[in-house]
Amino acid sequence: MTVLLTLTVLALIAIAIWQVTKIFELSQTPKVITQVADDDDNRLNGKLMFAFLIFIYALTLFSFWRWGDVLLPDASSEHGADYDNLMWISFAIIFFVQTITQALLHYFAYKFRGEKGKKAYFYADNDRLEAVWTIIPVIVLAGLILYGLYTWTSIMSVEEDEDSLVIELYAQQFNWKARYSGDDGVLGDANVRFLQDFDGKNQVGIDATDPNGFDDVVVQELHLPVGREVIFKMRSQDVLHSAYMPHFRAQMNCVPGMITEFAFVPVKTTSDMRQNPDVVAKVKKINKIRVENSKALVANGEEALEPYTFDYLLLCNKICGASHYNMQMKIIVETPEEFEKWIANQQTFAQVIQ
Amino acid sequence: MSTATQVNEEDHGHHHKETFVTKYIFSQDHKMISKQYLITGIFMGIIGIAMSLLFRLQLAWPEQPMGVMQVLLGKWAPDGIMDPNVYLALVTIHGTIMVFFVLTAGLSGTFSNLLIPLQIGARDMASGLLNMISYWMFFLSSVIMVCSLFVEAGPAAAGWTIYPPLSALPQAQPGSGLGMTLWLVSMAIFIASSLLGSLNYIVTVINLRTKGMTMTRLPLTIWAFFVTAIIGVVSFPVLLSAALLLIMDRSFGTSFFLSDIFIQGEVLHYQGGSPVLYEHLFWFLGHPEVYIVLLPALGITSEVIATNARKPIFGYRAMVASILAIAFLSTIVWGHHMFISGMNPFLGSVFTFTTLLIAIPSAVKAFNYITTLWKGNLQLNPAMLFSIGLVSTFISGGLTGIILGDSTLDINVHDTYFVVAHFHLVMGISALYGLFAGVYHWFPKMFGTMMNKNLGYVHFWVTAVCAYGVFLPMHFIGMAGLPRRYYTNTAFPYFDDLANINVVITVFALVAGAAQLVFLYNFIHSMFYGKPAEQNPWKSNTLEWTAPVEHMHGNWPGEIPHVHRWAYDYSKPGHEADFVPQNISLKEDEEELQH
Repeated sequence: MTVLLTLTVLALIAIAIWQVTKIFELSQTPKVITQVADDDDNRLNGKLMFAFLIFIYALTLFSFWRWGDVLLPDASSEHGADYDNLMWISFAIIFFVQTITQALLHYFAYKFRGEKGKKAYFYADNDRLEAVWTIIPVIVLAGLILYGLYTWTSIMSVEEDEDSLVIELYAQQFNWKARYSGDDGVLGDANVRFLQDFDGKNQVGIDATDPNGFDDVVVQELHLPVGREVIFKMRSQDVLHSAYMPHFRAQMNCVPGMITEFAFVPVKTTSDMRQNPDVVAKVKKINKIRVENSKALVANGEEALEPYTFDYLLLCNKICGASHYNMQMKIIVETPEEFEKWIANQQTFAQVIQ
Repeated sequence: MSTATQVNEEDHGHHHKETFVTKYIFSQDHKMISKQYLITGIFMGIIGIAMSLLFRLQLAWPEQPMGVMQVLLGKWAPDGIMDPNVYLALVTIHGTIMVFFVLTAGLSGTFSNLLIPLQIGARDMASGLLNMISYWMFFLSSVIMVCSLFVEAGPAAAGWTIYPPLSALPQAQPGSGLGMTLWLVSMAIFIASSLLGSLNYIVTVINLRTKGMTMTRLPLTIWAFFVTAIIGVVSFPVLLSAALLLIMDRSFGTSFFLSDIFIQGEVLHYQGGSPVLYEHLFWFLGHPEVYIVLLPALGITSEVIATNARKPIFGYRAMVASILAIAFLSTIVWGHHMFISGMNPFLGSVFTFTTLLIAIPSAVKAFNYITTLWKGNLQLNPAMLFSIGLVSTFISGGLTGIILGDSTLDINVHDTYFVVAHFHLVMGISALYGLFAGVYHWFPKMFGTMMNKNLGYVHFWVTAVCAYGVFLPMHFIGMAGLPRRYYTNTAFPYFDDLANINVVITVFALVAGAAQLVFLYNFIHSMFYGKPAEQNPWKSNTLEWTAPVEHMHGNWPGEIPHVHRWAYDYSKPGHEADFVPQNISLKEDEEELQH
């Protein structure tokens, strides 16, 4: 039904466009019709150029007004604040340049629309002008590059110390697992060759000959203590995946055959986030949509959608096959005490394979 | 052909007797080959755009049965709901077709072939035979690519970048079986075709310029095609090597890109390879490819803007310098697609540096276009509108590159819809506008008739509004953290508030698709029933408009015109007319601008 409607609407739009063109043609005073733009065309299209400038501005403003609230909330990691800063500076520059250049482009197209008998100004070169608009971008970009590189280096240089928590993120089609290093703080060696050991209980392929592995803990839900550096070591058993944690401004690919790394310090617990006004507003909006969508489902005799509560997300962000769109893991950031309590209740590798 | 009276020694072809086959099918004439490229490109474009509309429908109304899916996809859309594997296949083939078959072969193939001999004053390409082989290899690769759509398990579905192991292992997804093999074979043939074409363009530009056509008098179109061909020759072979190594991994058990894999309950034998190596090889072409697509569009725009502004292009030398700078930089920035691939973070900082440098020549080009409009006498023909539109989307799309090219900022927007919005505006839409500008502008040269301008205006304005309508909101869903290549967002309640934005985008996309039908109608109708064209309808300076409307082998009856000035003497003081073609001698006291 929707398809039929869509097709009908499309057909009607096509007819409308055709008719408008016809009217456009007929309404023009009889004159020698050529297919080259004449003064009337220049006048009309020049004005449309100006209208188009207003359209671009209006669409930008409208989008911010209507959809500004879908953007990610403030970062929940320590480096995230620097990231957000750099992002807003870049955006400020982009908006400034965009506003000015689009205005000049479309205003000139309107202002200097052609007229019979007019002659353009022969102006072929101006080295000084070229120098000006080469040097200004050079200076602006030099600033951005330096700031960007400084931030990049500080994010990417991972230094392990006493206090940091090492976690392995393990990706496979189409789910995530996490491995904690246990009391010894060292992850046992692992390889996909060991996956079939112990009747498939060896979920991430820990090498049973490496004593460091026995106290490792493999889980399906990622728990992180707030305020402590977490170093992620990433592996994949089949194809490329990407561990994307948007709220922490963190992402790294998981590559079969190698171990990749990313580290951050979470600074807001899940329950903190649930009280953040932006998040509260977003959750409220989402639940309104879900209630609306449920009505149709219930009418069809299906179950209504469950109400949504906020949780941090780990998503797969590298195309990995049919269920790529549903490869996710819940992240829970909690106080160190809660975290210790939780991890103490998990089974170690030694317990699992017994 | 028989009207040509004068024969001279460079004039090949006059004595050949032409049959239907040699004239329309296995033609060695660059003008016919250019038409063949254009028409094949348009045909592939229809498929590519139709696919995008299908997956846009899926994204706007996921899980809703739609008759159109059932009709077009058959068993791949049980009960009218698209299968997730098919979604990935559509995204993959849409990307492949649009980037390679439409915007590389369809754009560069068409206009390099048409304009290089005509604008430099040559009888034909350096090798007509190679040129013909190049087209037919492109045709063959198109046929194979289209055939792959009908494979039982579906066409390639690993994304247009076909990263292994996903693309290498048939166990990983159905599309990585026969569909992927056909994709690789098709692309290998495509690359061979592109290399033959590029070599021909380079040799022709270097050797066959007419008397007086120095490099500094070349129209910017030719500069763009020439440099594009060089980039192609430098970078396409690397993709070919990547494709061949991938074929070896897939079929002959080598481990170039694979290591330590466990899939479908089985440990595979691959040891020691690295998918990151493939990424390097792919993007060594993949990034220059962006400029292979974009530079010809910018070249066309330079020509169309100058002609229709009735003004010299502003800063000719700076324009040439920026083309060269972009070409050089384009070969050393590929790593910005791989900031978070697991490569050494130090490399990330190197590639950030080179990438952001590209913004400089790009900014120079944009400012020069804007200045060319200033105090012009703008003839707002459809080609001119598309050229101005190109500058607009080139700026809007290019600016967000500052974010994506910055390794730090890339961390959180990498592979989200923000990227999709960025590259569609800066290379997809811009290059398409360049293609349209070229078709509207040179249609009279190609087919001897004029296109309908009013249909052209409708086509432009609807497309222009919809292009922003589609891609501006898309930045927002990217900044909201939504990954690309998701079959549906319904698995994450967190993204529920993005559903209505997706509906808006899809509606704009459908209207934009409908507007392309206006173009298609105009194109076909004008070909047969268009008003006969004058020899120089746009009052342009370049040499192609000194050739007769009716096509002939060798392009000019009699001698090839000699060149006495650059291509941009529009509205030059001291001349009555507002244009002075390149073959007009300098007046006695006239100064040629020093270029």
